[in-house]
Amino acid sequence: MTPKQIDIFGAGDFSPTKKEKKKAKNKKGGAKKRRGAKKAPMLIDSYDASAGGTAKPPAKTLFEVTARYSAVAVESSRGLTASSAPQLEKTPPKKIYTVSEITRKIKSLVEEPCREIWISGEVTDFKNQSGKHFYFSLKDEQKNKIRAIIFNAASRKIPFELKDGLELVCRGDIDVYGPGGYYSILIDFCEPKGIGALQLAFEQLKKKLLAEGLFSSERKKRIPFLPKKIGVVTSSTGAAVRDIINVLTRRFPNVEILLKPVKVQGEGSAAEIAEGISTLNERDDIDVMIVGRGGGSIEDLWAFNEEVVARAIAASRIPVISAVGHEIDTTISDMVADVRAATPSAAAEIAIPVKAELIAMLEEKKRQLSFALRQSLERRTQELAKLAQRIPDLRRRFPDMLRATDSLRRSMLIAVERLMERRLQSVAKLASNLDHLSPLAVLGKGYSVVESSDGRIVRSAGSLKCGDSLKIRFVDGFANTRVEKVGR
Amino acid sequence: MSAKKSFEESMADLEKIVRKLEAGDISLDDSLSEFEKGVSLLRDCEKKLDEAKGKVEQLINDASGGIRSVSFEIKE
Repeated sequence: MTPKQIDIFGAGDFSPTKKEKKKAKNKKGGAKKRRGAKKAPMLIDSYDASAGGTAKPPAKTLFEVTARYSAVAVESSRGLTASSAPQLEKTPPKKIYTVSEITRKIKSLVEEPCREIWISGEVTDFKNQSGKHFYFSLKDEQKNKIRAIIFNAASRKIPFELKDGLELVCRGDIDVYGPGGYYSILIDFCEPKGIGALQLAFEQLKKKLLAEGLFSSERKKRIPFLPKKIGVVTSSTGAAVRDIINVLTRRFPNVEILLKPVKVQGEGSAAEIAEGISTLNERDDIDVMIVGRGGGSIEDLWAFNEEVVARAIAASRIPVISAVGHEIDTTISDMVADVRAATPSAAAEIAIPVKAELIAMLEEKKRQLSFALRQSLERRTQELAKLAQRIPDLRRRFPDMLRATDSLRRSMLIAVERLMERRLQSVAKLASNLDHLSPLAVLGKGYSVVESSDGRIVRSAGSLKCGDSLKIRFVDGFANTRVEKVGR
Repeated sequence: MSAKKSFEESMADLEKIVRKLEAGDISLDDSLSEFEKGVSLLRDCEKKLDEAKGKVEQLINDASGGIRSVSFEIKE
């Protein structure tokens, strides 16, 4: 068959329906295309030639494809009459086709020239019966429809969700299905009209997960302050893993890192990443995980926009820090993760504090603690001094009484001061040396502590009576004993 | 007792103790025992910083279908 046979505009036998006639606008469009067709009559051939290349031919409207069929049918019937014309006057020996014969004929007339055609139309009657093959129709504003099928091999490559109302640009072969008595287009590639396929897929998934509440802040888990072991789900080669490990170990030299190496781009990468996340979740030693990869094109980063990865992150018991690409790249994974880091290095910084800073902080606390204790002791010393000053005042007011008790007062004061001094000395010593803080250290010098049965330190013989049981604490142990006599 | 406390919890408790001591409205005995508690918290924190052993490993699938971890070196 020559390409001319299917050049419907040249044949001029195409008669539009009443409805179509009404639409002057469309008629004009037809006329325009007719001129185009004259310049390049081998429309189909030029499509065939370019289909293998990168340049995409302009998509045919459904109107055009449908029109082509009518033309083919007309052409074949013309051929028929032409061959039988001389015998028209006599009883014409009618060629009677079997259904299969005419089907074969239609098939041969239609399928060959309609290989790898491009078509645009709106999805309608979408059915996803087996979950793998898509059955639907494409329609246009002129109410023409064509059945469309996308088999599994092609449908699983479609990142976005097909549904009624979506405007598509598709590439495929026309197929005449004899047993069904209809033709359809077997689509091997399709993309949304006016918007990138990935962009649409991104928007669709974002909308879906947003509706499920997967991005809500209540879902976000807190990243532990000081993780012992950090899980990393990324490729074992490339800059991301190197940056993460370098930054983590620089900040915290003895941090433990467990890498789950996964493919981060290309076929099967999303499933591997999702599996990696759940593998780490099966362990009990991971405190936080970093999931990500280095920069790349939107296609390279695509796995992190896939539902299976988003769901794995959402299901993770372990808090997840996502780190995909560069600052400007925001993926679905980033939205589901507990924390989004701009880059893999930034993720490592979020995951763990700088050890040296923590040590400095502890030193500072140590200093504050000693200082506070010293202050508290000093305050008490001052209070004591104030009390001591009040005693001479009393002497002036009650001279006789106090004179009488003068020696008693003096010895009491000395005793109190001595007691206080001893106390302060041991306390100051404790405070000055953090490693010998316990009052128990004093016991090492031969002192012992007496405790009553309820654990209180016995400070006065007056609080004891015969028969009380006591515990004497020595540096190396204790002895239980009983009071035999109480004296003053 | 304090072994189960996280680093942050220990730090928070430590901060409380410092405040209490600074406020000075507790008895001498209590200040001493608070001080001792503080020192033990500090030790716990220091211990926590040195707990991790600095291993960098990766998970691999072994021949028998199981998963095991082996040491990981960055390939430049």
